[in-house]
Amino acid sequence: MSADASTLPDGPMNPRLRRISPGLALRHALLVARRNLLQVRGNPQLVIFVLIQPILFVLLFVYVFGGAISGSSRQYVQYVIPGIIVQTVVFVTSVTGIGLNEDLAKGIIDRFRSLPIARSAVLAGRILSDTVRLTATVVAILTVGMLLGFRITTSPVAALAGLVLIIAFGIALSWVAALIGLSVRNPETAQSAGFIWMFPLTFASSAFVVASTMPGWLQPFVRINPISVAADALRGLLLAGPVLGPVLKTVAWIVALTVVFAPLAIRQFRRLA
Amino acid sequence: MSVAIQAESLAKSFGTTRALDGVDLEVAAGTVLGLLGPNGAGKTTAVRILATLLAPTAGRAQIGGYDVVRQPHQVRQLIGLTGQYAAVDESLSGTENLSMLGRLLGLGKAQASQRAAELLEHFDLAEAGGRMVKTYSGGMRRRLDLAASLVGQPPVLFLDEPTTGLDPRSRNGLWAVIRELVAEGTTLLLTTQYMEEADHLAGHIAVIDHGQVIATGTPDELKAKIGGQVLEVRPANPSAVDRAAGLLVELTGNQATIDRDIRLISVPMPDPAWLPVAVRRLDEAGIIVVDLALRRPSLDEVFLTLTGRPAEAEPLQDGAGHERSAA
Repeated sequence: MSADASTLPDGPMNPRLRRISPGLALRHALLVARRNLLQVRGNPQLVIFVLIQPILFVLLFVYVFGGAISGSSRQYVQYVIPGIIVQTVVFVTSVTGIGLNEDLAKGIIDRFRSLPIARSAVLAGRILSDTVRLTATVVAILTVGMLLGFRITTSPVAALAGLVLIIAFGIALSWVAALIGLSVRNPETAQSAGFIWMFPLTFASSAFVVASTMPGWLQPFVRINPISVAADALRGLLLAGPVLGPVLKTVAWIVALTVVFAPLAIRQFRRLA
Repeated sequence: MSVAIQAESLAKSFGTTRALDGVDLEVAAGTVLGLLGPNGAGKTTAVRILATLLAPTAGRAQIGGYDVVRQPHQVRQLIGLTGQYAAVDESLSGTENLSMLGRLLGLGKAQASQRAAELLEHFDLAEAGGRMVKTYSGGMRRRLDLAASLVGQPPVLFLDEPTTGLDPRSRNGLWAVIRELVAEGTTLLLTTQYMEEADHLAGHIAVIDHGQVIATGTPDELKAKIGGQVLEVRPANPSAVDRAAGLLVELTGNQATIDRDIRLISVPMPDPAWLPVAVRRLDEAGIIVVDLALRRPSLDEVFLTLTGRPAEAEPLQDGAGHERSAA
């Protein structure tokens, strides 16, 4: 695959790299992830969305709805914190799509694509930085929840497993957001298209109230809803109740979402040109 | 002399739209080619193909002898790209933008910072380096964007309408920097819809319209194509402008350009001997003229002669946006 020597000038027109090793690809992804996280400083609204809003949700749900739903806010906090963690993880994944769409609209993805770096850097970097963001959000909600009286009643190992499971669930959903962000024309559309499906999905779930209180026709949907499944799994691992069933179902959702949406997002990214 | 950029019969269709329709280009190493044409002519599509961002439907292209489709990784090590919109990160500082690119290109932390500092200094952004880019003016962003495409010291540079939307002072500043790069040996492909810009920066010009190269040559050769000189006539009375233009078109057989704001009619005049004829006809028609001059043609007039319409006509379609949705 060497070039025709007669058209190659001496010196400068000599590409040094033949291919990109996996190690180099990882370095590129980490650098893009670092840049994505640095962006947060310039976007206070992102901090509000990722940290302040979930905390407001916790306070509102616990103190406004808590009494009505569970009889007292103290009882409700045990039920709702795992639910709000899942709900927030779902909401925060929309940042993936919005960020990718902005980079696309501003030509930043074009710049990355014209550089001799790994093709995977933009998407992998985005998923990596969003993992960090998801972790920060989860830790923040858990901390606020504990201040309000939430207590983990299982072992630390089980609790950690629960948080890892939920972050993995968030990463799987990030691929959905990435596909949306790469498919719509502008960041505003990315924002609304990324959000609209989240409301019915998070509220028609066991995240905030138990499914048995909902009308019969809604219950089958609530039971297969991945958000219910994930909230139940997290409850099992942080508090009590069935663990194996919900965890396996959550893992099945993570695998299914990733298997379907990661290739679609990658394909969309390749077609962008 | 070696060829840095070469394109043969390059074509690209988006659905039923033929954005590029068989374009041949050749840019010798160390020279500047100006790709000149109106909005929607196919300039951006050509650049995106050469910069490995877009696959051609037909034809082939090489950068430094490497095929843009089969050897994109090699090509990307040779090129720098500055697009129509400043592709810099608003939430990062100028320094962070450049050093991130340096590190992506394999520089160590210290080397990347040093390279960023050099470039900021060179582009007159040293003082603003620590500030977030969202506080920069349009001209500063464009300079940073150009600096960003130079982090890896690419021997081949693509500038897609680098000065569109800039005020004259920022534009002149950017031109000076571009000329310096060329003096240092960079091969440059520049797209522009401004004749003046191509005239200033490019040794060779390819005029592109509807996805085809309709003329090539040096700026002087292109100007010579329309032959001779241009007659400028300014009637005293605004109501006489159309009549005067009609007379001149009839006389020369060429299209006239009319600037109504200043009542100026310009028409190519292949033979200076026609000047007295023109004066006589205007006089016979009772048109009083306050200005009359023969001058060398501008590239705008070249474009008009070649295509039958002004270069800066209404955009036929939004190039970049269209490509994105249709891709």
